Amino acid sequence: MVKLKSQRDAYGEALLALAQKDERVLVLSPDLGSSTRVEKLASKLGEDRFFNLGVAEQNAVSIAAGLALEGFVPFLSSFAVFIPGRAFDQIRVSVCQNRANVKLVGSHLGFSNAGDGASAQSIEDLALMRVLPEMVVLSPADADQARSAVFAAAKHQGPVYIRISRDKTAPVDQGEDFVIGRAEVLRLGKKATIIATGPIISRLLNWVTDLDVELINCATIKPLDEKTIISSAKKTGRVITIEEHSIIGGLGSAVAEALSTVYPVPVKRIGIPDCFGQSARKPEDLYQKYGLTKNKLKKEIMQFLEK
Amino acid sequence: MSNLPIPKLEEKATRLRRQVLQMIHQAGSGHLGGSLSSLDILVALFFGGVIRYNCQDHNDPRRDRFILSNGHVCPAYYAVLAECGLFDKEELDSLRDLGSPLQGHPSKTFLPLLDSSSGSLGQGLGVAVGRALSAAIKGEHHNIYCLTSDGEHDEGSTWEAILTASHYRLGNLINIIDRNGMQIGGETESVLALEPLAEKYKTFGWEVFIISGHDYSELLQTLCQAKDSHRTPSVIIAQTILGRGVSFMENKKRFHSGVLSEEEYRQAMKELGGS
Repeated sequence: MVKLKSQRDAYGEALLALAQKDERVLVLSPDLGSSTRVEKLASKLGEDRFFNLGVAEQNAVSIAAGLALEGFVPFLSSFAVFIPGRAFDQIRVSVCQNRANVKLVGSHLGFSNAGDGASAQSIEDLALMRVLPEMVVLSPADADQARSAVFAAAKHQGPVYIRISRDKTAPVDQGEDFVIGRAEVLRLGKKATIIATGPIISRLLNWVTDLDVELINCATIKPLDEKTIISSAKKTGRVITIEEHSIIGGLGSAVAEALSTVYPVPVKRIGIPDCFGQSARKPEDLYQKYGLTKNKLKKEIMQFLEK
Repeated sequence: MSNLPIPKLEEKATRLRRQVLQMIHQAGSGHLGGSLSSLDILVALFFGGVIRYNCQDHNDPRRDRFILSNGHVCPAYYAVLAECGLFDKEELDSLRDLGSPLQGHPSKTFLPLLDSSSGSLGQGLGVAVGRALSAAIKGEHHNIYCLTSDGEHDEGSTWEAILTASHYRLGNLINIIDRNGMQIGGETESVLALEPLAEKYKTFGWEVFIISGHDYSELLQTLCQAKDSHRTPSVIIAQTILGRGVSFMENKKRFHSGVLSEEEYRQAMKELGGS
């Protein structure tokens, strides 16, 4: 039986371990400390290292920028709809145009907050962050990779966005520590390349066992590992992207942009179609509704392969 | 910084006003009104012995910080920084030119010595709060000055920062408001009324000073007084005149931004004692 673990739990643990080693690290929370699993850090780190900045994300980002300009390494986490969603211009000007060493963490990606519905479901954050100069965009596949992404982000000098999930998901076997800008081939195949990002990969691994496809975990959305992607596309001749994000602006767009410029092959982008989500009792109901289940995905993949 | 007597400050301000007019005229666009209304505040701060700002060693962590939140009035700030010797005065001619360190809105990417990029309203005070919080955490003793416009008090994020500064008792933070009463769409009170502004700040837990932003004795006295508030952030509401120093520009919305005709430019320079 595989052990399920949520990325947000891994994030809270990793941040504590990091902050205990590195005094420059501060924890900032616009009042969602419990949901983003950083609440416990308040007592462990003390009031000089943990700040609940209230339900004021825009200001929290500007404050993070100010702290970073003074040499701190602030980690600022919230639901992805708020960080980055609510504070785009502060991220753009106060963080990126200052090249401020701020680490943003958006939790509850995609449909992982099923119950609250569209307002709380972040399906645009990769697009928002990817378009910003200076920003590095990480989208780890499982809890372990979320943990190593935190350490990799801290090592990188400059703005980083890490996208994580609320749900407990299965591990995706990862070879080594997170290397920013490197995608990993999880499985070799000949008929197509599937490039995916985020915890959806743990499910995909089981779904494509009977297909002769290559599977790549693209955990850095920016800078994109064009070398790995293009070399796989040269081998298989067609590419499918899969993400729990809008099909506009995220991984699929990044891959299509790279391939169309350097080595055009047919590309099928699978993700959330151009629409908002809605409430459901559990994320699985939303995966069913929006086409991210085993049967629906396989059907789309098969159709694409037969073209 | 230098510590000049008031007549010398006034003399310098007049010269810098001419400089600002020349820069914007040469650039072909820019924000004249706010640059002129904020200039005396900047001159008092940087040349009146208020701010500890070491031009010889800009990286000295003990120096005070200054954040221009209303970035569009940067011509005045650039003129002051050049006057301090932080870069060559000849650079001032490059305002808004391609590749210039003097971007139309301040950019730390192009001018690394800035304490923050700005230009999008309502963010500078938050960055200043972050810098002030850092000094509090580290037990450092410098002050953080922020210049804001009255117009950017329409932004909710400004009020988020105001809330936060008093919550964390940031006595090292001094916000100076260039209260010229005018924003791009007209008078602040007709666009989105801010008054009673002083009472709002008081209710939010700040120490409030209301002064004339063109009277050097008031400016110097209040800037020094504001430094001594230990556990409470201070706001100086500096009542100013848009386009101050040029008779036909004063309090005229038209001069918020844009450029003067050749005739207007000659007349303005003449009024400011130029040739």
